[in-house]
Amino acid sequence: MKQRLQSISGITYVCVVYYVLAALVTPGFFSINNTWNLLYNFFPLLILAGGQTYVMLTAGIDLSITSIIAVCSVVGGFVMSADTTPFASEGSMIFFGIIAMLLTGVAIGLFNGLSVASFQMPAFMVTLTTMMIFSGFAVWLTQSQNIYNLPEAFVDFPYRSVLGLPTPVLIGIVLVLLGYLLLRRTIWGEWIYAVGANRAAATVSGVNVGKTLLLVYAMSGLSGGIAAIFYTARLETGSPVMGQNILLDVIGAVVIGGTSLFGGRGKISWTITGALFMTILDNSLNLLGLSFFLIMIIKGIIILGTAVFNRLQERRWTSA
Amino acid sequence: MLELKGIRKRFGAVEVLKGIDLTVGSGEIVGLVGENGAGKSTLMNMLGGIYPPSEGQMSFAGRPFAPQDPADAFVKGIAFIHQELNLFPNLSIEENLLLNDLPTHHGIGKQVVSRQQLRQHAQVLLKRIGLDLPTSMLVGALTNAQQQLVEIAKAFRGAPQLIIFDEPTTSLSRHESEILFRLMSELRDQGIGMIFISHHLQEVLSITDKVVVLRDGELISQNATSSLTKETIVEDMVGRSMDKLFPKKRGEVSDQMLLDIRGLRGEGIGPLDFSIAKGEVLGFYGLVGAGRTETARAVFGLDPSYHNAIRWLGEDISHFSPAAWIKKGAVFLTEDRRVDGLMLGRPILPNVQLASLPRFAKRVLSRLSHEAIRGQVKVEVEKTRVKHLDLDTSPVAQLSGGNQQKVVLARWLMTHPKLLILDEPTKGIDIGAKEEIYDLINQIVEKGSSVWLISSEIEELLGMSDRIVVMNGGHITAEFDRRDFDEKAILDAALDRLNAEAP
Repeated sequence: MKQRLQSISGITYVCVVYYVLAALVTPGFFSINNTWNLLYNFFPLLILAGGQTYVMLTAGIDLSITSIIAVCSVVGGFVMSADTTPFASEGSMIFFGIIAMLLTGVAIGLFNGLSVASFQMPAFMVTLTTMMIFSGFAVWLTQSQNIYNLPEAFVDFPYRSVLGLPTPVLIGIVLVLLGYLLLRRTIWGEWIYAVGANRAAATVSGVNVGKTLLLVYAMSGLSGGIAAIFYTARLETGSPVMGQNILLDVIGAVVIGGTSLFGGRGKISWTITGALFMTILDNSLNLLGLSFFLIMIIKGIIILGTAVFNRLQERRWTSA
Repeated sequence: MLELKGIRKRFGAVEVLKGIDLTVGSGEIVGLVGENGAGKSTLMNMLGGIYPPSEGQMSFAGRPFAPQDPADAFVKGIAFIHQELNLFPNLSIEENLLLNDLPTHHGIGKQVVSRQQLRQHAQVLLKRIGLDLPTSMLVGALTNAQQQLVEIAKAFRGAPQLIIFDEPTTSLSRHESEILFRLMSELRDQGIGMIFISHHLQEVLSITDKVVVLRDGELISQNATSSLTKETIVEDMVGRSMDKLFPKKRGEVSDQMLLDIRGLRGEGIGPLDFSIAKGEVLGFYGLVGAGRTETARAVFGLDPSYHNAIRWLGEDISHFSPAAWIKKGAVFLTEDRRVDGLMLGRPILPNVQLASLPRFAKRVLSRLSHEAIRGQVKVEVEKTRVKHLDLDTSPVAQLSGGNQQKVVLARWLMTHPKLLILDEPTKGIDIGAKEEIYDLINQIVEKGSSVWLISSEIEELLGMSDRIVVMNGGHITAEFDRRDFDEKAILDAALDRLNAEAP
């Protein structure tokens, strides 16, 4: 039992303690309404952070994730909105809308992956520029307008239940499980760790580094597309600035979970706790009525603090 | 000059030094040998002021010696040249030499470095060790040996009476080592005492006056070098007699070619023609920089290269990558396990399984059987006798050098290779582990696989190879069959052209 408790990372306890504190201090935090709110914020963030975990395990980073969400939202909006859709029935609008969003996400991800893998450029440089390019692209595409008139059935879907579970919960659980299995039970998963831990050694050992990276960034792009579906439905609009402020939360969730910024060390399960903590933190600070900027400052400090703490732990861990 | 009496050192409950008595006279070179973990480093660290002994007395130049820290030991006259060089490649020789006390101007410009004084000081230091180079040269542009000499020059900022050399020749070629030895005998003539730590017993025998052998924290023997042979030293080191360092070998070399290479050209190498037969150990000898590693990297598809033909078991191969080679059965143990061998932060299991993964799943995204993999990893780890705590928790960074090397070897053996390319497989590991690695090589060859052994240790190649190819300046300059092995001829082939090119 003691060993069991020790194997759970410290952040889990922090998470529980913070939740209790927030429930005591924050008015309206511990209510059914807000719990739904937490769930709706948690699952898209979890999916994004899951994709980001893959990238960060290879010692990379995907900063373009926010622009991927924006482009996907806009593309989906165009396909589904009554004003612009080329389709007649609601069913095909939604079907092709979702497909378009997923494909757009994967396409941008592949572009990132190709640049990182074939030209061996630093991931932050590639994704910083693609963030600019695709954020600009989303705004240019819509002339800075939001896209309304999305189909009822689409806008509704986050609030429906399947098998007694709200759809976001169900989809989130399925995807996270899938993400876990891909990482722990496939060659690709082992390769991801190897590329992050020592790229040169991985190459000599026959690891297809290029393919590994390509798939990793595609995966991150896909997570952007899926998150965009949730956000677009909840806001009932295709928006070119969607997800603009989520980047810090995504990176923060992975880092707070404990995944190494230097690659090769981390787990999907850690990211689940990290995402949970970020969601509770953000929600409680909002309920306390703090300003957007103050919340940014607090979150930034916490993420940096955790990153430093993790780094110190890691150094102790690897030094003989 | 230096006298140690009854030195003991405990770390917690572990006693790593169990009463050492040792003397070093002025103008005497003492060789200190022992397997990894015998206590050499601990002993030297106490002299260097890194930590004090738990018990016992040290005296130096007639006075009790108890340095507070490395700087104090240096001031008192003991200089410590570490195995890893402490130089900044992006700075000049003079800056490296005097980084800790840069001379400054007087008066108004007190904070400004005086370039002129810096140069003069540096020139004096270089002269002391007989290195004739412009002091403004960047250290990164120097050869390994020159860098080593600069490191030694740093010692002469003070007035060292005793210099400790910790494995100074590991990264030096034979020729470069000789430059170092020449300097050491000059320093001996000047009355400076030296302690020389090395795994290369031949070097120890040729340069030292006295050899001290440590084993498990005890001083086993202390004899005049003239009365010693390599065999007697090894016997003292490992505590048992070893008839031969290199185990007697095995079966017959087959007539069938495994790998045949024609007209290989790459960065600074070639064109090269050579081949490896099934069941053969092909030795590759040459100085550091002769192009041996580059050749292996080019063949393995790690560096760009051109060739007229590469045949594997008679079949022409045009496109090759590490992954393709591993699938065919050729694997490459690289020279520096820390750079492109191990994932240091990860445990043994992922390190060993890495190259064999494709055998356990059809596609990159299909399911892996972890139980099957684990079983095989266990077999390989036992076969290579890696001393370990567990397979999947402790990072391999915590293993000793020899065990780390065995982990990499286990990775390659798990792929069931037909050709094992080994680049300096015994570099920087102790004799016990070395012997085990030779043993493994013999086992592989007995099963009909081939080994391409790249080494700078000529004894190793003479003992292990069926054939030795000598590289020099990117070309193959000689080839010897086992029955024609001749140490002198091999050395000549490796050195020849360099001598011819020297002015």
